[in-house]
Amino acid sequence: MMKRSSIRWNTALIIGGILTALLIATALLSLVWTPEVPTRVRVAMRLKGPLEAGLLGTDHFGRDVLSLLMVGAWNSLAIAWPAVLLGAAIGTAIGCAAAAWKGIADEIAMRASDVVFAFPAVLSAIMIGALVGSGPLAAILAIAVFNVPVFARVTRGVALQVWTLDYIAAARAIGKHPLRITWEDVIPNIAGALIVQVTIQLALAILTEAGLSYLGLGVRPPNPSWGRMLSDAQTYLSQAPHLAIAPGIAIALSVLGLNLLGDGLRDALDPTLKGRSAPA
Amino acid sequence: MSKRILAAALLLSVSVLPAYAAKTSLVVGMPIEPPGLDPTIAAPVAIREVTLANLYEGLVRIDRNGKVQPLLAKSWEISPDGLTYTFRLQEGVKFHDGTTFDSADVKFAFDRARDPKSTNAQKQIFAPIVSIETPDPATVVIKLKETSGNFLTYLGWGDAVIVASETAAGNAANPVGTGPFKFKSWTRGDRVELVKNPDYWQKDKTKLESVTFRFISDSQAQVAAVRAGDVDAFPNLAAPELFAEFQKDSRFKAVAGNTEGETVAGMNNAKKPFDDVRVRRALMHAIDRKALIEGAYSGFGTPIGSFFSPNNPAYVDTTNVIPYDPAKAKALLAEAGYGNGLSITIKSPQMAYASRSAELMAAMLSEVGVEMKIIPTEFPAKWIEEVFKNKDYDVTIVSHTEPLDIDIFARDSYYFNYKNDKFKALIADAAKTTDEKARFAKYAEAQKILAEDVPALFLFQLPKLGVWNAKLQGMWENSPIPINDVTEVSWTE
Repeated sequence: MMKRSSIRWNTALIIGGILTALLIATALLSLVWTPEVPTRVRVAMRLKGPLEAGLLGTDHFGRDVLSLLMVGAWNSLAIAWPAVLLGAAIGTAIGCAAAAWKGIADEIAMRASDVVFAFPAVLSAIMIGALVGSGPLAAILAIAVFNVPVFARVTRGVALQVWTLDYIAAARAIGKHPLRITWEDVIPNIAGALIVQVTIQLALAILTEAGLSYLGLGVRPPNPSWGRMLSDAQTYLSQAPHLAIAPGIAIALSVLGLNLLGDGLRDALDPTLKGRSAPA
Repeated sequence: MSKRILAAALLLSVSVLPAYAAKTSLVVGMPIEPPGLDPTIAAPVAIREVTLANLYEGLVRIDRNGKVQPLLAKSWEISPDGLTYTFRLQEGVKFHDGTTFDSADVKFAFDRARDPKSTNAQKQIFAPIVSIETPDPATVVIKLKETSGNFLTYLGWGDAVIVASETAAGNAANPVGTGPFKFKSWTRGDRVELVKNPDYWQKDKTKLESVTFRFISDSQAQVAAVRAGDVDAFPNLAAPELFAEFQKDSRFKAVAGNTEGETVAGMNNAKKPFDDVRVRRALMHAIDRKALIEGAYSGFGTPIGSFFSPNNPAYVDTTNVIPYDPAKAKALLAEAGYGNGLSITIKSPQMAYASRSAELMAAMLSEVGVEMKIIPTEFPAKWIEEVFKNKDYDVTIVSHTEPLDIDIFARDSYYFNYKNDKFKALIADAAKTTDEKARFAKYAEAQKILAEDVPALFLFQLPKLGVWNAKLQGMWENSPIPINDVTEVSWTE
């Protein structure tokens, strides 16, 4: 059932792909060019509306909102990517081990992931923040921690199915070590499901990063972050609604784009899963 | 047509209804809940904001203009040498528990406050006292070992209110004073309720039957509560950007007054590079105070050049001693050996004024080649531990809300690590000077020393952004001391 096939294009895949590509392109562009220096404070030009000063106006310090958004995109991805990859690496290893050895190893891995699941990301971020000091590192670790059980379960689920297939039985019969079986036969066959999950978790990670920064636990000022832009905008809502709308739309589009991409990829890579929601 | 007549008649009848007796309850909003209700044992400003003048009274009171007025002491004499104060007390005053107030209570209260084991936050008030005598129940004689120019003013602070020996120990949870309001209940995390004291010694002093203090920390919620009428008055609104809307709304009175809160970015004067006055001056030159106030406090607040409130009669304007001048800042940094840049950190507490100021200052300093990294911290607990006690910081930012607190720069172990013997001597001298003019001149000189030496970056005076129902009268527009005196507040209809 996991056989590779050529990609089947679908609407979700195309829209999600475009939005995600835009997000990544914006983030990369911000490294070399922004309309203004995003941290430059121009108090005389504070709270200007869209088009009055720059495309999206200025914030309460007179900083250019578009430039802040662009750098915010990079900061958002710079936390979300390593966090999800770290979580995915550890989670996949645990899931594979559980599927390979089953029994007690499986039981321990799954109960442990239940425990980690019980802590919301924000709570673990506060705990980790207390240990390593709040900041980007704490945010990455916190998001990684809540990604571990997600990947552990997804991996275990699909890997268990692979382990029942005949060629695995054959590999075992010739005395191949479970580690080698996992590396050479199982992982290539579950890669599709993992890629889908990474995409969906990225969306969640961006949302969580925004939430953590909103609470002051993520990217540190003056480095721009979408979440903190939202929290800063809160008290200016009646005077300058664009300050909240701009990062709000940025977050919504990024999350939507990655989710659509994830759905699209799932349908494209594995038609048998069509219509089912992603396991989480 | 007839409908219209009917409507008109109805309207008329409504308008000629007898004016109902004006409302007699008041709900006051505060951003921070006090940790207890005894101002004589702990420092938090919120304690005074609930209790001072309302629940507890001192020998004297500070009025809304910052002047000393008689209260429990109806008059006093000061000996020519300035060392003996004889207070004549009001008679017929009762504490809320029914016991009588007399000179023994004054002696008890002050002895309790100046006891070595006391946790009173302002012990300098009582430090000059040698003895307290009570020749009769209505007279108190206080002898000082040295003259104290601010002694009477100090006696109006929350730290010097008169408490009774029978009840003092329980005051933090169940306050008993002599004020016009009695304690009714305290719902932790929500509100403190006070009711009128029927036996108050100044009959008809207050028109209010009950006062409730509600604690709302979120600035959006504060504004919503005022708008909805859940809170009648918010004397210290935390969000200046929302204040402007109240100024436009005729249902509310919005007054931007003054507080005693000097907002300063304290520097660790014992640590490199802040031990070099050229660096401190350079940083001050790099800060545009006007822009800072605009960005951090929506333009409310007064620039300061030293550590003195513009409210105070002894205030001198020192904002031009080290004005905004980035070129000069760069030159001074180069002179001090930091021409190629300097990297420092600021520990910034969570209050909006502090974190916004920190961000703005970081941006301004980057223009002169100083990279200031922002490290968030929590006020009060974490800040007290890291900055105030352990002095583990480069730069920090906080507002000092005590009145007349310039002497903190003369204290040995204060968190600025600032040592200036000349300044110290001058402050000690000023405190002892009873002649007002001479004392003011000394304070003026002290302000100038600080302005030139910049042990801290002097930024702005925190405004008191008060909002209340337009039908309320008698609210204080300024805060000469931390207080929410509602004893003269009433509803006009």
